[in-house]
Amino acid sequence: MAGDFGPLTKGVFPTILFETHADEMAQPFWDAAKDDRLVCQHCTGCGTFRMPPSPFCFKCQSRDHDFRELPGTGTIYSFTVVRHPLHPDLIDCCPYVSGVVELDGTQGAGARMLVNIIDVDPDTVKIGDRVEIVFEHVNDEMSTPRFRPITS
Amino acid sequence: MNTIRDKCAIVGVGTTEYYKRGQSYPETELSMACTAILAALDDAGLTIDDLDGFSIYSSSCDPATVGAELGVPEIRWATTTTSGGGGCVGALGVAAAAIATGQATTIVSLMTLQQLNKRLGGSAVGGMLQYAMMSEGGSPYGGSGIAPSAAFTANNGLLSPGHSFAQITSRHMHLYGTTREQIAEVALSSRRNASTNPRALRPEPLTIDDYFNARMINDPLCLFDYTMESDGAVAVITTSVERARTLRQPPVLISAASHGGAGRWGPALFKYFQTPDEHFATSGHRPVAQRMYEMAGVGPSDVDVALLYDHFAPMVLIQLEDYGFCPIGEGGPFVADGNIRYGTGSIPVNTHGGNLSEAYIIGMTHVREAVEQLRGTAANQVEGAEVALVTGGPAGLPVSGAILRKDV
Ligand SMILES: [Zn+2]
Repeated sequence: MAGDFGPLTKGVFPTILFETHADEMAQPFWDAAKDDRLVCQHCTGCGTFRMPPSPFCFKCQSRDHDFRELPGTGTIYSFTVVRHPLHPDLIDCCPYVSGVVELDGTQGAGARMLVNIIDVDPDTVKIGDRVEIVFEHVNDEMSTPRFRPITS
Repeated sequence: MNTIRDKCAIVGVGTTEYYKRGQSYPETELSMACTAILAALDDAGLTIDDLDGFSIYSSSCDPATVGAELGVPEIRWATTTTSGGGGCVGALGVAAAAIATGQATTIVSLMTLQQLNKRLGGSAVGGMLQYAMMSEGGSPYGGSGIAPSAAFTANNGLLSPGHSFAQITSRHMHLYGTTREQIAEVALSSRRNASTNPRALRPEPLTIDDYFNARMINDPLCLFDYTMESDGAVAVITTSVERARTLRQPPVLISAASHGGAGRWGPALFKYFQTPDEHFATSGHRPVAQRMYEMAGVGPSDVDVALLYDHFAPMVLIQLEDYGFCPIGEGGPFVADGNIRYGTGSIPVNTHGGNLSEAYIIGMTHVREAVEQLRGTAANQVEGAEVALVTGGPAGLPVSGAILRKDV
């Protein structure tokens, strides 16, 4: 599959479309992503948010849920700066930053997102930095979520 | 309480030589497993006719195939701890439980590894994608199929175990002020031990300048924070303590072996990272450590040598906290003060050089070293060593810890 990544941008991990597809449970997330909205699965039994979408609430074991729209902002909880590409074809996107973002409007653990964090200086990005979601519209069915610094 | 404490013992250790990645060809994982098992039985003064069980982890081998290949007369026990390398020494506890309850008499635990065609975490795109899209609930080292939820992780750039363990490391540095200088001490101390261990694959000297001049793979991990990739096999034989005392080698008692972890640590890594705050910047070992010490009836101050799973250098520092050698958050200063050094430290760690500098056979090299320390035959022998701690993981649950001790 070498060379299938297309042109690369430094700091941006390429969207890889290898038959990734949503299941029934996750479809609302991807539908909202097409409209640049972040929604998160939410237990209507106890109010716990969870990500990625899954059948059971880990807090109260209920299956009842809805999807709540979130502000789309969050805080970097942890991260790494990938400087060495796992494959030579990925060299042009290195260094890139990937990490764990805690989403505003949720309880944090259980609803974090693991994302590529773009538009940051890999030498100064730090835990606690504030970020916001941005979607890359890959095609009619797929929009890739990433986070970038909030510029006020 | 009815426990496995001191009811069983490791009586034999067998290995192939340790090879650098891919160098074991034309041997195979099956041939190396068989070689190690026969050598372990021979070490114990036993034969294949005595072997009646397998207690493995991380899909190390197929007992049906190995049993048929070697002509094992009857298999009475064949189990594995789930997930990956974290279950390593947990498998010793499973073996002990089977023997202590009369379900088998002589059980082998082993790892055999040939990285010619597979690479942990993957370096080829195919392997990388398989990794990123690994199936639900499986080991990251052997997933298959594409899970729908992979859509949530396939594009985030977190592709390898190193990318995952960096998240824990970064968080630990943020919370406690842990530094790269402190983490370097783990790599340097391991390398010093390897330099006097004839079987170590990385015996060449490593200086602090080498460490800081090495390329960053992914911050905060540099080349020397990563384990090497190796080929080889290591097998150990467990039997009842009564029988052990009639055999060729001095018995090494399994005082305790526990596996598991806090439930919401869960898969913890790779594509999860939903671990609660109190467990995120840990090794996941804390609950396992507590049960292990209770089972063995000892505490950290009783441990003479610690063989801590070291796929990544900072995970040693964090395990030292979770196994109670220093307070939570003080692993950095603890190692920087020289506490883990062989010969001078308060708790010598990875006296063989560890996964970082001796060889990486997914944990079993640590079991071998513990046995040799307690037999008094280690290359870097800790004087008077009577109690050894061995760990498997951090990884997706279960992680595991064991207390082995000399039969005195
Ligand atoms: Zn709930």
